[in-house]
Amino acid sequence: MKLKKKIPVIDQGNKLGFWGGKFGGNFVPETLKKPIEDLESLFNKLKEDKNFIIERDKYFKNWVGSPTRFIKLVNLTSYIGGAQIWSKVVSDANGGAHKIYNATVHCLLAKRSGKKIICGDTGAGYAGKMLSMAAKKFGLKCKIFMGAKDIKRQQPNVRAIKKNGAEVIPVYSGSQTLVDAVSECMRYWVANCDTTAMCVGSTVGPAIFVRICGWSTSQISRELKAQLISEFGSIPKKLKLYNCVGGGSSSFGFWNEFMDYNKKQCEFIGVEAGGPKKSKKHAAPLTYGSKIGILHGAAQYVNQNSEGQIEETESISAGLDYPGISPLHCFLKDTKRARYTAASDEEALNAYKLVTKYEKLRPSLEPCHAFSVAIKESKKFSKDTIVVVNSCGDAYKDRGILQKRLGKKYAKSN
Amino acid sequence: MLNPISTAFKKAKQENRPALLTYTVAGDSTKKQSLEILKSIAKNADILEVGVPHNTPVADGSQIQTSAYRAIKNGIKTKSIFQIVKEFKKFNKDKPVILMGYYNMIFQYGEKKFLNKCETSGVNGLIVVDLPWPENKDFAKKCKKKSIFFIQLLSPTTTNKRLNKIIKNSHQMSYFISMLSTTGGKLKVTPKEILKNYQKIKRINPKKDIVIGFGITEKTIGKLKSADGVVVGSAICKEITRSLKSRQNPVTNVGKLIAKLKNKIK
Repeated sequence: MKLKKKIPVIDQGNKLGFWGGKFGGNFVPETLKKPIEDLESLFNKLKEDKNFIIERDKYFKNWVGSPTRFIKLVNLTSYIGGAQIWSKVVSDANGGAHKIYNATVHCLLAKRSGKKIICGDTGAGYAGKMLSMAAKKFGLKCKIFMGAKDIKRQQPNVRAIKKNGAEVIPVYSGSQTLVDAVSECMRYWVANCDTTAMCVGSTVGPAIFVRICGWSTSQISRELKAQLISEFGSIPKKLKLYNCVGGGSSSFGFWNEFMDYNKKQCEFIGVEAGGPKKSKKHAAPLTYGSKIGILHGAAQYVNQNSEGQIEETESISAGLDYPGISPLHCFLKDTKRARYTAASDEEALNAYKLVTKYEKLRPSLEPCHAFSVAIKESKKFSKDTIVVVNSCGDAYKDRGILQKRLGKKYAKSN
Repeated sequence: MLNPISTAFKKAKQENRPALLTYTVAGDSTKKQSLEILKSIAKNADILEVGVPHNTPVADGSQIQTSAYRAIKNGIKTKSIFQIVKEFKKFNKDKPVILMGYYNMIFQYGEKKFLNKCETSGVNGLIVVDLPWPENKDFAKKCKKKSIFFIQLLSPTTTNKRLNKIIKNSHQMSYFISMLSTTGGKLKVTPKEILKNYQKIKRINPKKDIVIGFGITEKTIGKLKSADGVVVGSAICKEITRSLKSRQNPVTNVGKLIAKLKNKIK
């Protein structure tokens, strides 16, 4: 299995949509074959269309807000006393997280295809919130599928989705989290694909959705590359990019533009959700060696039992609480381009405490997983090592959990 | 030797009616009960589809999901599904059985081992919901070697070009999904419209047996009589759920439902 240079990773799948010959693909019901083919040819055409790129960039710049900040965490760096710790504050983007890129692109595609309705899944509520924002912006009706458990724990985002005029459809099946929301959303699309476009909220699902999402979030690394060059004159000799990994959309987008660099120069570190310290459940299929299986239309490493039933996950962060992982990350793992590890709920909470103590930054629980590992490893790195953590979400949505786990003090903004 | 599925279609044609196909979930609500249900259905149904329950089914509506979750909760394993089929075949060796499920269940069991088990337990056909054409080419070939029909699915969204290719590559039986829906959806198109699409497929190769499924109930089954076969699934799962809730015997209730369905297509 080999990662090719000079070809975007999203375009490195084979004819049937498999990366490395075995990750991804299109394990879908016959009914979805045609809508997927239509979306594929539309996307393949538009991504080469200069006018479309101009249109996308216009919305990214003026509406999403580009570029998001790239800042040095000065206090944290001196407290840790190792590598220079920087952050790409992607939560600056309109809506407060990276999900806006994929949502915007899907709405642009839906408009082009003449669809009037768009449906999407959400875990932490960000994908849903952003899709509802973009749908409103582009005049599309919007339906968001969300697990009943997530609705309870991510209320601020649920309210935002409703405020944008979208319908929130609670999903009560299975574990009532993201995995079930994606299933239900796909079922809805099976039944309504003639009138409705679907947006999969991460780099998961049938191959075309993996590609569209990866293409959209790559905005993050396009910005970062320019920011690194403007800050350091060139890409630093020792660069380490830390990102949390749930489905894998923010991390893929954070790394994409650096793919062709030698990994000794640009190392990618993906941090999965290890779940509660004392629990056997986790959402870290790459770290804990899960077997390849099929989930939501794609072959990937996925938490499952020996029979092939998908296993329930557990994580404090709803956005990482997914039993599978993008085929792109399976590919990056097996080609050894990226390194994957996990942080527990407790480690993420500690990272939150530390980051908010030293910096004016409030990363949500998802990026706190990445911060946790970045902080731990930075201690051992030389001072000329540049560590960048993608702060891909804002903690506003987590204040209920933060208050419960860390006390009132941490639930307020600083 | 002729696959019993083909024999079942022939027999139905001789009787001037469509074949009646039923779908129930293996292990719903228990291993033993699902076997008893199959035995009771077999009196009136021509072909039995047995669902391999999966906990992330992307094409099933709430009725089949409920049955599948119930079966998994009660501990059904892939191994025991083959035992159910084997037991059933001891009781009625000529009645064709088709396993229907999602690819991950086969993938984890191992394709080769799965097909061997199909062969030894007496499975006559396979429907894999999320393994469409052309992804299923290799697997379909492996099925053929074991004299097991791999049943292709066709949908109203399948393009003409695709229809032609799929039919050409198909084994004797294919399955036409009546409308854009998950299983058990309310029929949102008229039976007339369904039959129009159906005839279009039949014309490609009239010799192939094509069944219609999704959303078929006691009310609508009679209007689709001209098809080679009709599948009822969610309505049966619903009856099982209803029976369990009202503390009645699902075995006799489902048996009665199938008799009624059969009457409508005679």
